[in-house]
Amino acid sequence: MESLSKRAKVLEKKPMTLAERAYLPAIFQGLTITMRHFFRAATKKQVTVRYPDETRPFSPVFRGLHVLKRDEQGRERCTACGLCAVACPAEAITMVAGERKKGEENLYREEKYAVSYEINMLRCIFCGLCEEACPKAAVYLQADKMAPPRFERDEFIYGKDRLVEPVTPDNRSKRGIQLTPEQAEKLRTQLQTA
Amino acid sequence: MTLPALGWQGLVVLVVFGVSLLIATYSTYAERVIAAFLQDRVGPDRAGPFGLLQPLADAVKLFTKEEFFPAGANRALFVFGPCLAMVTALMSSAVIPFGNVLQFGETAIHLQGIEINVGMLYVFGMVSLGVYGIMIGGWASNNKFSLLGAIRAASQNISYEIAMGLALIAVLMMSGTLSLREITLQQSVAGEWHFWNIAKQPLGFVIFIVCAFAETNRTPFDLPECETELIGGYHTEYSSMKMGLYLFAEYINVFVASAVMSVLYFGGFNFPFQYELRDWLVSSQGLELVTASNIITILGLVGLFAKIFGFIFFFMWVRWTLPRFRYDQLMRLGWTILIPLAIFNIMLTGGLITFGVIK
Repeated sequence: MESLSKRAKVLEKKPMTLAERAYLPAIFQGLTITMRHFFRAATKKQVTVRYPDETRPFSPVFRGLHVLKRDEQGRERCTACGLCAVACPAEAITMVAGERKKGEENLYREEKYAVSYEINMLRCIFCGLCEEACPKAAVYLQADKMAPPRFERDEFIYGKDRLVEPVTPDNRSKRGIQLTPEQAEKLRTQLQTA
Repeated sequence: MTLPALGWQGLVVLVVFGVSLLIATYSTYAERVIAAFLQDRVGPDRAGPFGLLQPLADAVKLFTKEEFFPAGANRALFVFGPCLAMVTALMSSAVIPFGNVLQFGETAIHLQGIEINVGMLYVFGMVSLGVYGIMIGGWASNNKFSLLGAIRAASQNISYEIAMGLALIAVLMMSGTLSLREITLQQSVAGEWHFWNIAKQPLGFVIFIVCAFAETNRTPFDLPECETELIGGYHTEYSSMKMGLYLFAEYINVFVASAVMSVLYFGGFNFPFQYELRDWLVSSQGLELVTASNIITILGLVGLFAKIFGFIFFFMWVRWTLPRFRYDQLMRLGWTILIPLAIFNIMLTGGLITFGVIK
């Protein structure tokens, strides 16, 4: 049959030579190869990352665990418009909207806010479309945090308690809006009085 | 032998026993580190500096594991198997001459457990007995895979012992003695250019080392253990420290095999220019002859251990380089290649001795 690619090589099965049958030359060839690796491991930098001691750096565009940001005064930015839930291809986001009461102005930025906001991390595909859809710059996928493994399924449904950015002003994610030291100080006093 | 000398000799026996155990312990660590380095990995480095406490952690793990007896197993023999493997492995290190004589006034301490004139025969006897440890353990487990593994181990050891013994005969033809101490001393004579046995017996050495690999059940001849066909081989049913004893016995066997090869073929505790060094110490440094000899003895001891560690490293190097043989290939290599080669080596040696080329 005519070969289509003309790349097939015809291999002749020759009887082994004495050197091949004696094994020893091949064995020494193998031994030199492994010895080369031995000295490389002993001298050059090893490729192994010793995980708990050192971690591989995340890519700057890595999309990890979500965070619901606060604004400069520490108020929640989310207005529960639902655009992220609509954008989500995995239908991982659900929320319940509520109206801001009087005296809650320091907690929520607009009149409407999310009473509950849940992301199912088992459904989420970490595509980042919610981040793109958000008109209030409220939801972000952090570049330095992953959704950790859990034992129970319901522990993967992250509510506001785990999503909203911590109010301590120093404990902020790397992306999104950062507070200046003055703003952080202001927020701290506000939180103490509230 | 006087009483204090006997006491010293007892101490030497204890030290040899302890050193055998220590080397076997750290062989497990060395094996893992060498394997890691040969495979571009890091190896154990968690327990202690450079993972040096890893053998300790392993021992604690083995001791705290469940002591399991399979149903229908012969309990007495099940315990006796690993004990026998361990005891025979340890006993064979007793006759290895680790060093020459240390002279302290009247007492002369031989750095050797016991000196017997059939030393080499004794080592062979102990190695042969070691098969019983594997065989009894495999049989007592009441498990067909264990039994198959044990039978494989036994037939492999018996097959390669023949070639090993025949390779050895060529050495014994030159030495004319079975005493390991005598064989060592013959490999270096004061005042004349003298070669170690490796120069006179290169073929015999190759046969011997191949057989040593098979005798210690190391890759490429580690057929007694195989996950795919026999689950774990003869120690399938073993757990806890009984399993540990089998693994340990293997490392002690590697140590003894390395020591025997160093003694038989690489001059034992001799090292090049030792007599010149001794004479230099006496003439230029003004030391007494006894002190100079003691220094040479200690240097020789260090040298022998360097040779032994070199062989142990070689054992591990080969293990992490070569794939294993198939069982029929193993048997064919043993019976149709190594044994005829060993017999040819005997005839060659005999001819060379007859015509006075070597002595």
